[in-house]
Amino acid sequence: MAAIATRESYGNVLLELGAENENIVVLDADLSGSTKTAGFAKKFPERFFNAGIAECNMMGMAAGLAISGKTVFASTFAMFAAGRAYEIIRNSIAYTEANVKICATHAGLTVGEDGASHQCIEDIALMSAIPGMLVINPSDDVSARALIRAAAEYKAPAYIRLGRSAVPVLYEEGREFTIGKAERLHEGKDCCIIATGIMVSEALKAAETLSGEGIECRVVDMHTIKPLDEEEVLAAAKEIGKIVTAEEHSVVGGLGSAVASFTAGNCPCRVEVVGVRDVFGQSGSPGELMEHYGLSAQHIAQAVRRI
Amino acid sequence: MKSDELRRVAATIRQDIIRQVYNAGSGHPGGSLSAADIMTALYFDVMNIDPDNPGKKERDKFVLSKGHAAPVLYACLARRGFFAPEELVTLRKLGSRLQGHPSMTALSGVEMSTGSLGQGFSAAVGMAIAGKLDEDPGRVYALLGDGELNEGLVWEAAMAAAHYKLDNLCAVVDHNGLQIDGRNEDVMNVMPIAEKFAVFGWNVLEIDGHDMDQILDAFELAAQCKGMPSVIVAETVKGKGVSFMENIAGWHGKAPNEEQARSAMKELGGEL
Repeated sequence: MAAIATRESYGNVLLELGAENENIVVLDADLSGSTKTAGFAKKFPERFFNAGIAECNMMGMAAGLAISGKTVFASTFAMFAAGRAYEIIRNSIAYTEANVKICATHAGLTVGEDGASHQCIEDIALMSAIPGMLVINPSDDVSARALIRAAAEYKAPAYIRLGRSAVPVLYEEGREFTIGKAERLHEGKDCCIIATGIMVSEALKAAETLSGEGIECRVVDMHTIKPLDEEEVLAAAKEIGKIVTAEEHSVVGGLGSAVASFTAGNCPCRVEVVGVRDVFGQSGSPGELMEHYGLSAQHIAQAVRRI
Repeated sequence: MKSDELRRVAATIRQDIIRQVYNAGSGHPGGSLSAADIMTALYFDVMNIDPDNPGKKERDKFVLSKGHAAPVLYACLARRGFFAPEELVTLRKLGSRLQGHPSMTALSGVEMSTGSLGQGFSAAVGMAIAGKLDEDPGRVYALLGDGELNEGLVWEAAMAAAHYKLDNLCAVVDHNGLQIDGRNEDVMNVMPIAEKFAVFGWNVLEIDGHDMDQILDAFELAAQCKGMPSVIVAETVKGKGVSFMENIAGWHGKAPNEEQARSAMKELGGEL
């Protein structure tokens, strides 16, 4: 199966968008090689602005450019976007309804060897807490490119979470995606696994393992965490009544929290949350970290068996 | 507008500040009064703006980076015709367009929502970059407080503005010497302001921020400077125009009571 990191998908789709739309401006904070905005910078140097190692100012400048009519993509690592620049995103971008797409790469534990200081496992929580902020976490190359395209058309702030490591391509080329509308990838009656981002491929692996044991799982790719596809969650709660969520993020304030909070108020059912259990990460290879912190297909399968 | 006429407008703006803060029962009179002359010059002489068409192309844009001085901005917008001065009494009331700190989505004419210090300046840098990209002749103005210079974001933005040679950007530092907890020197020394901006690559102009002729000249000189952003460091008096508020840090964010408001209005040549 082909594998590509969603940050690569971002760099590729930016080149297309830049050629199609002269109004698009890209900002980075001295990480253009890593975030993959360097391709855009090379092709459209007059529309690329490096903020230097100053993420807060990058977000402020992004707000000013967007308020002046530009469609702005601003990129750095998730830690420094959602973390360091949180308040500028809140007050200068979201409160003003500025048309800024915050494309944050190197999210989650799979940053790997850089360790806890760079492993942002709180960004979904932070960004979801901001009124009006769209939060998108694509699972593969095809959905990443499609959702970034959709976000470019959407005239409001958006946070798009992207990964460092290569992940399997799950969708056929050209598949269409709608912001806020989840994708059902597998059908089953015993449990519904709602996964987001790079955990979707792990969820599919878990479903395959479980199928061998006679447990049939529905697998949902919840690529948009805010607004949550409530219809899809309600269907899982009503039709199946058992939900396991999976995210490469803290169990506090992420997908699991959103699903549990929604079902509690609308159709109470069992919800097991697979995620980082309120601890900091550490150095290690992405695979080792996913295993160590309980984020592998095997852990999702265990959660399904428990529920 | 001639400078003696501008001085008369500034007196009205100061009366509006007192009325607003008194009616609201809270707000920031000190730093609004210190900026009144600079703001009057911008809104009634310097800037190319149209109250009947707040979003007109190629206009000049103003960002109140020291967003707590909202009363002086609202007074200028109202007296310039962006909205009726009668609305000024709604400051800080539930449902009002006049939020405690300026909101661009609430009130037309406000170019950027501010209040969290340093952020307006950073956005103004982005606006100036957009102006360069679009070859827009409009200029971008940003008013900062001296206490605001404590924020690291200010210096990130200052570095970027010089790096991108934003000669369409003009910052003004309202240097009244006081911040909430006291004198700048005692809380967090920001001096020397002019030298700091100069070494960051800015064209620096130093003026008396209450001398209308100096203010107008400085804006003219800033507009003529090419290849670098300009900053006007304006020496001002916090609470300027109301004797009992002048140079008192306590009037940073406190409303006058009725007696104080009447006395302030009398000094400013008006009535409550």
